[in-house]
Amino acid sequence: MADRILKSINTRGLKNAVRGSEYKKEALISYGILIGGYILLQLGAMTGLIGRNLQGQFVPICVYVSLAISLNLVVGISGELSLGHAGFMAVGAFTGAVVVRVLENGIGFAPLRLLIALLISAAVAALAGLIIGLPILGLRGDYLAIVTLAFGEIIKNFMNVIYFALDENGHLKFAFNHEIEGIDNSGRILTGPIGATGVTKIATFTYAAILTAFTLFVVLNIKNSKQGRAIMAIRDNRIAGESIGLNVKKYKLMAFVVSASLAGMAGCMFGQNFSTLAPVKFNFNTSVLILVFVVLGGIGNIWGGMIAAALLTILPEALRQFSDYRMLVYSIVLIAVMIATYNPTIKSRISTLWDKVNPFKNKDKDKGKKPKKTGKEAA
Amino acid sequence: MADKDKRKDMPGASETGHTYENRQEIYYNDNVGGRAVFVDAKEQYDPDEPYNEQVYLPEKDRDKEPILQVNGLGIDFGGLTAVDNFNLTLGRTEIGGLIGPNGAGKTTIFNMLTKVYEPTRGEIIFNGKSTKGMSTVDINKAGMARTFQNIRLFDKLTVEENIKVALHHTTDYGLIDGMLHTPKYKHEEFRIRKEAMKYLKIFGMTKTAEYRAGSLPYGAQRRLEIMRALATKPKLLLLDEPAAGMNPSETSELMETIREIRDRFQIAIFLIEHDMNLVMNICEGIVVLNYGRVIAKGWPEDIQSNPKVIEAYLGKDRGKEKKTKKAKEEDIEAALAKGKLESAPSGKPDEGRKEAQ
Repeated sequence: MADRILKSINTRGLKNAVRGSEYKKEALISYGILIGGYILLQLGAMTGLIGRNLQGQFVPICVYVSLAISLNLVVGISGELSLGHAGFMAVGAFTGAVVVRVLENGIGFAPLRLLIALLISAAVAALAGLIIGLPILGLRGDYLAIVTLAFGEIIKNFMNVIYFALDENGHLKFAFNHEIEGIDNSGRILTGPIGATGVTKIATFTYAAILTAFTLFVVLNIKNSKQGRAIMAIRDNRIAGESIGLNVKKYKLMAFVVSASLAGMAGCMFGQNFSTLAPVKFNFNTSVLILVFVVLGGIGNIWGGMIAAALLTILPEALRQFSDYRMLVYSIVLIAVMIATYNPTIKSRISTLWDKVNPFKNKDKDKGKKPKKTGKEAA
Repeated sequence: MADKDKRKDMPGASETGHTYENRQEIYYNDNVGGRAVFVDAKEQYDPDEPYNEQVYLPEKDRDKEPILQVNGLGIDFGGLTAVDNFNLTLGRTEIGGLIGPNGAGKTTIFNMLTKVYEPTRGEIIFNGKSTKGMSTVDINKAGMARTFQNIRLFDKLTVEENIKVALHHTTDYGLIDGMLHTPKYKHEEFRIRKEAMKYLKIFGMTKTAEYRAGSLPYGAQRRLEIMRALATKPKLLLLDEPAAGMNPSETSELMETIREIRDRFQIAIFLIEHDMNLVMNICEGIVVLNYGRVIAKGWPEDIQSNPKVIEAYLGKDRGKEKKTKKAKEEDIEAALAKGKLESAPSGKPDEGRKEAQ
């Protein structure tokens, strides 16, 4: 009997079925983009093809790529809209600034200082994620988005009234909502709305690229683990998830906290790339920008988000020749790309075109399904 | 009444007038088809009216403690009593059926058993323990798994992953292992992959393992849902209309599958189904629900010939204002006295027949 069932099921209607996401392929493409991009930019910088201005963007590119990857964990994999990602980035940036300055006298080796700062930033940002996530993750959809937006702004404003400084004996001093007395400019670490000052810029392109690789490693691994499957299962069907014994809140929180802590690390790296950094940098606009990377790359598509983040960080620099109209051109490009990515008609035209020129086309494999469907379909 | 039509009548149809000839009237009756609208259980039936309260357990389960015991279960939505005084005893390896017209409250009972809804009254004793205060997640961990009337799969995950998710609690590694893919992760993943494949093999779906669950054909999706519920290693499996939307050959395959599940895993199965062929063939005990109340209980043979069940399914007074149970019985008695039952039990059958012609 079982054999009969077996046969009938296997032959019935599978022609229209779609193959699932292929983790190995996804990982290969993502790491390929990262390593390829790193080599390309390094070569460009060495041969002088890439100008000084753009070279200054190397670390931010890595940071934004890393943020896009980590936000994808919440938006794509967990399926919740978060508009406060820049807040966690801020937590990481300012924690990192303090930690690096405190360690400056003790540890001479800069990469080790950076590593410790990254770890502590990750922990603090994770704590912030936990504190914010616990009360709000019972909310869904639009409500959650609005509350994360509010929390992002709260974090930014909180940073506006935080003061850290080192006195002449090397002791760390902290003040809330008022200046610290008797400290000269060189001792200041965080000065309220002015933000982090006197940072000795220890972030380099290579370190930032390694951080991006680590973020990618963690997110891809989570996606292909029991935790990731639980998170995605709850995204796909909450009630069914509960019915097979998945704790919905726990896994939503897990995605949120891991994402926050990765954002904290990216923020720490970001902070170590600028000699001064004001909290206002981490406002709502930055959160939306990161979300744009994710949406543009295809929600849930990690390598798509990486490309979008890199291109959209380079684009404003590349558009300098338009001077005043720079942001206008930027917006138009954004709209055009969005339409091209999400309009089914245009999308199918592009894929037919791609089919004609694709030299690696596997005829048997393409028979049953539309080409290039796996990546963008998640959106 | 033509002779050839008589063959298609249900047992007892001639007494109640629900013959093949009257099919048109029967089909358009309030109780059959249409949307599920709850009708207040207390208004419809006299709470004191008894039905056969005998506990039906199959012979093989009688010496063991029942897996599920439900006493006086009821739920109110606002002022409306959707289900009232529901009692049930289910054996360890029994296949039980829950039938009733649309809107009778069958799925509501499933939702109460799995704690999607918290019951207003009554108690559920599952595997010897009261489920009071448990959540849906706890219920599953205690050993009750279910499927849904409208299929609820994890559409974007593959078939294999759908089962792996159900094996979540038997997969033994933490978040750090998952993040860094430690040797422990690899060992456990290898093990649950093999286990998931074992389930796929039982259901003959090994070839579908890599496909997205949402893109599978309907029958395979239903099967996958059952498989996913089974992978949580339940002691009781609740199936909500497993044969909905299946053709007769698929249904008969399903029947075999359900029997095979019971024999192989030695678990109890409780199912809601509208396909009478399936219910009468595989269920060992059947509960019939109408307007949120149990109207009959028993073996399949008893249920088939029970006039109350036939009435609930096929209706009596089409188109007229709803009568209370007692008024309906008085009607029947009056009709019996006049000896009219053969052609028309109640209402205005002549009018309906004209329309039918």
